[in-house]
Amino acid sequence: MDLFQIINDIAKVDPEVYDRFDSRRAAFRNFIGFGKKVTATALPLAVSTLFTKAYGQNTGALPPAVIATLNLALQLEYLEFFYYDTALNSSALGLTAEERRAFEIIRNDELLHINTLRGTLGTNAIAPLTRASFDYTTSQNKTRTPVLPPLVALGGTTDPTTGQFTDKAVFLLAAQQFVDTGVRAYKGGAPSLNTNTTKDILEAALNIHSVEARHSSRIRSLRRGGVQSVTAPKSWITPDETDMNATMPLPNNGVANSPAAVGPYLAGLPATGTPSASFPNEKNTTQATLDVQGVGGLVSATAGAEAFDEPLNAETVKAIAKNFAAVPAALFN
Amino acid sequence: MHNSTNSPADQAAGLAAPVARRSFLRYSGAGLAVGGLWLAGCSKDDDTTPDAGFIDVGSSDIGILNYAYALEQLEAAFYTQVVASFYTGATAAEKAILSDLKDHEISHREFFKRAITTGRISDSLQPDFSNIDFTQKTTTSGKMGVLNAAMAFEDLGVAAYNGAGRFITNNDYLALAGKIVSVEARHAALIREMIGVNTFVANDVVDLATSSTNNLSGTGSVTGNVTGTGMERSKRPAAVLATANNFLAAGSKISANSFV
Repeated sequence: MDLFQIINDIAKVDPEVYDRFDSRRAAFRNFIGFGKKVTATALPLAVSTLFTKAYGQNTGALPPAVIATLNLALQLEYLEFFYYDTALNSSALGLTAEERRAFEIIRNDELLHINTLRGTLGTNAIAPLTRASFDYTTSQNKTRTPVLPPLVALGGTTDPTTGQFTDKAVFLLAAQQFVDTGVRAYKGGAPSLNTNTTKDILEAALNIHSVEARHSSRIRSLRRGGVQSVTAPKSWITPDETDMNATMPLPNNGVANSPAAVGPYLAGLPATGTPSASFPNEKNTTQATLDVQGVGGLVSATAGAEAFDEPLNAETVKAIAKNFAAVPAALFN
Repeated sequence: MHNSTNSPADQAAGLAAPVARRSFLRYSGAGLAVGGLWLAGCSKDDDTTPDAGFIDVGSSDIGILNYAYALEQLEAAFYTQVVASFYTGATAAEKAILSDLKDHEISHREFFKRAITTGRISDSLQPDFSNIDFTQKTTTSGKMGVLNAAMAFEDLGVAAYNGAGRFITNNDYLALAGKIVSVEARHAALIREMIGVNTFVANDVVDLATSSTNNLSGTGSVTGNVTGTGMERSKRPAAVLATANNFLAAGSKISANSFV
């Protein structure tokens, strides 16, 4: 098979073919990278994958539920991107070199996720967001008192949609909670992506989901002062975090189908039911009706809750995230 | 592809004239189907000898649950052995982390054991850890150190769950897999940090490449890992098992022939 002859032939009938490959560089790069280890047997699949990506389902009609899930994910990625980007540009935060490097990696991952999601959504993507789209102090651009006073350190009171961050501990805690919310959002959204025509999109979302979980693990180890520290937090969600969350919940901004009080480790709606249609809090130890703490002779009394992360329904994610929008009616709808 | 409106003359002319884009799209789709069949054919040929004595996980959603169960058995067995006798110089933090990981993996294993009520594979897969030196924290000679082996298992687990999601039809199972995989990713990132600072995501497990400055409108310059997709490098069952089977004893090696 002469791949380049085929592409030349296509160019005769579709002058845009090179642009298609170029504008979807990921597809082409994947193919070239794959070529290093490609075998004769795999070549037809590799070629068809290249063409599928260049001409793929991305510009076609995506199911509305898929568009909704991906656009919510995209908004969360923007929220995180600008959060980390602001931190990296906040001299008063006093990040160490190691912390800076970690957050550069994380911020850049979020940028890649934004680009990946926009590429998948095509013309269905929301308009790009900016730093000014967000107010991390939860004052919703000075229209209310911040719901959690320490968050004022994430932008100040004068111009909270552009202000620098000033308190590292607050920054790290909120970072952890943003990323854990993101993990729960992707987890809750996955079933809506599981249609016969969107399996590639499902896999892409799963592949972002796990990267977000890696981020959470890293932020948590930074919070406890490094991997050799035995203080809290652990790199996974422990039951006491749900209890702490319950003492300082966030309002739901009037979002229907979300609990009145919401939080990154609290339950969504409904809290009970089958695994794909229930959103328990992060203390949950019952999975598909089975007790996952009391079986197996677990030494740790919290392992069962830790071993399973919980999803959140989209409305509860929106209810949480609107607290960090400059204009809550404009985002996370 | 049959198109009854085209006369033979039209079809002959079509050979020289530009093909409509729609036709090309069909051609592209056909390539995928042919590629898939070719691969399926190859895998069948390969099956005859090497798969003798392998335990196949089966098909449909139960097959994927069995696949996950096999991997959780392997991980649980590994950490059980790690915790039974820690490597030389293990710190308090390292012991606490590895003990938690053991409990998490046992919790996963026991969950699948009870959740798969019919068609479950063996509950007692036998590991083969002869290539791991349980007395060493990291790889020092020919055998893998404990953390290197842990990293291999955790990264492999994440790639495996992510690559298996597409084969799941029942969304309850997809949701359960999602609940587990993010915990595995937390493990993977932590183990990687124990080996090397700020390696929680890197190009071997996440599609990243370092390149020149990239700008997103409204922000300062962004440098570093700014090309690639930022996505985990998920793996199909065959690729996962090619690695996992290195840690399973003869008679306990796994195949997943229904999932390609």
